[in-house]
Amino acid sequence: MAHTGKNILSITDLSIGYGTKTVTKGINFNLEAGMLCGIVGVNGIGKSTLLRTLGGFQPKLSGDILLHGKPLEKINTATLSKELSVVLTEQPASKNLTVQELIALGRQPYTNWLGTLTKEDKQQIQASLDAFLLDELRNNKCHELSDGQLQRVLVARAMAQDTSLILLDEPTTHLDLYHKVQILKMLQELAHNKQKTILFTTHEIELAIQLCDRILILDGKEHPFGDPCQLIEQKHFDQLFPSEMVQFDGKTGSFKVNK
Amino acid sequence: MHGSRTYRFSFALMVLALLCSWLLSISSGSVTIPFADMLSTLFGESPKIASWEYIIWDYRVPKAFTSILVGAGLALSGLLMQTLFRNPLAGPFVLGISSGASLGAAILLMGTSISAGYTSLSFLGDITLSIAASIGSFLVLLTVMIVAQRVKDTMALLIIGLMFGSITSAIVSVLAYFSSAEDLQRFNFWSFGSVGNLSVNQLLLLGSIVTIGVILSIASIKSLNAFLLGENYAQSLGVSLKKSRFTIIIATGLLAGGITAFAGPIAFVGLAVPHLTRQIFDTMEHKVLIPAVMLYGAILMLLCDTLAQLPNSASVLPINAITSLVGAPVVIWLLVRKRKMMF
Repeated sequence: MAHTGKNILSITDLSIGYGTKTVTKGINFNLEAGMLCGIVGVNGIGKSTLLRTLGGFQPKLSGDILLHGKPLEKINTATLSKELSVVLTEQPASKNLTVQELIALGRQPYTNWLGTLTKEDKQQIQASLDAFLLDELRNNKCHELSDGQLQRVLVARAMAQDTSLILLDEPTTHLDLYHKVQILKMLQELAHNKQKTILFTTHEIELAIQLCDRILILDGKEHPFGDPCQLIEQKHFDQLFPSEMVQFDGKTGSFKVNK
Repeated sequence: MHGSRTYRFSFALMVLALLCSWLLSISSGSVTIPFADMLSTLFGESPKIASWEYIIWDYRVPKAFTSILVGAGLALSGLLMQTLFRNPLAGPFVLGISSGASLGAAILLMGTSISAGYTSLSFLGDITLSIAASIGSFLVLLTVMIVAQRVKDTMALLIIGLMFGSITSAIVSVLAYFSSAEDLQRFNFWSFGSVGNLSVNQLLLLGSIVTIGVILSIASIKSLNAFLLGENYAQSLGVSLKKSRFTIIIATGLLAGGITAFAGPIAFVGLAVPHLTRQIFDTMEHKVLIPAVMLYGAILMLLCDTLAQLPNSASVLPINAITSLVGAPVVIWLLVRKRKMMF
């Protein structure tokens, strides 16, 4: 094991679902520091369920989730909040928060009982504002923002939380192509420059192939995981959708509609 | 960082306004006392007419302090509920907490006469009344909370709160039908709401209840701020959901229940004041909002009480009616102006 020190998340034979209903089983993968990983798969296959399970919002059914080598369910909420941050599909409950206030909430795991921001906290907030081009919007209310801007704010908040692992549930939905690429490029920079491990679900398979270091394909059977180019060579994308409707072109890494 | 200095200015202004409305409240009443005489009496001198001293110290000052406690406490409970339920329309009244307190009070005041032999209520005293009202409001709050876990839709939650209100008022009506005229009158007077008539001991008890509520709220500042993002986000920020929800509910129940017990159901202060406060303090930070809503609530309550105390007349209007007359238009105005209510 060459990368033991940098191994962030290890998933072994994981089954996920609700109560007695298994959604997906037999998931295996490993993520190291600085990796951007996309989870793809058809609707209802369990992408969000997997993310919710990894985020500690619902219990796993069986298998192992190791975060820094420790079982996820053994880590208490306070410690976990310094190891793992999330960007969910749900909107913030109050959109009356300013951009800066919302990002500052990301520092809560580190602040005292009153939530007083130290100099270091303020530096982290400023770094997040800068990284996601939000400095000019810092005093805007969240309800004044466009979908793309709000998404950037939510990701910036996760960055301010300064955790080794960031989970994002469909960060690119409702965005146009430009903003989709923008968010994913920013995530890639965050992963590579700050050595963050970033795991996100997406339907943008073509973009994920171009930008991710690893891809996990949830197909209900083997759940192949690996480098995007390898996955293309092994023709794993070909069976993702019914072939009479869409066909994957391995040369260009894109899907074509069968006319 | 913007704002911290301007907030200091706003806070200073509000403290000044509180002082002014406190003096205004003390100077108004059925007996006209010249302002200078009132001030000198407050500073410990004996006034020209001996009864003035009694009026000021034994009636008006306790009443003014009751107003402050009631206004500040109700406004704070409204703020807590709006954040906890993620709903701008939440408040002690809307979610049926005040109805719960009414039910508790009604069962004690009128129900006991049905189960005869339990006659000497004055002997049991007002502590029993406040406990009964607090239990009633806690029960409703807990039920609403359990339902809120299942029903994620905030509109549905409000409707459920209204339904609870209807159920409790129906039970109150049934109780009223079977109770004696005296008991009924006692309950009716209680339900008009009043900040007067509290003895020093009662005032101290109310003060302690409100203080506990405020301490619990201050201890919850961090989780309240995290709840602004929603419960899942709050959990991911290290907030222990069960513990902080429980603390906030206890604080809300103590504030809304305890105050309703002593002062009767007082509408709209809890709902409207947090929104009014955000017109001045443009922030969602509970560290700022908690003291701000308490100041604003106290000022508003003192002014409403001054209005209720019709100048130069012996009659006092029910305070509940005054706060509704002031509060309901405010809520409508906020909705019309902003189109959408936010918290």
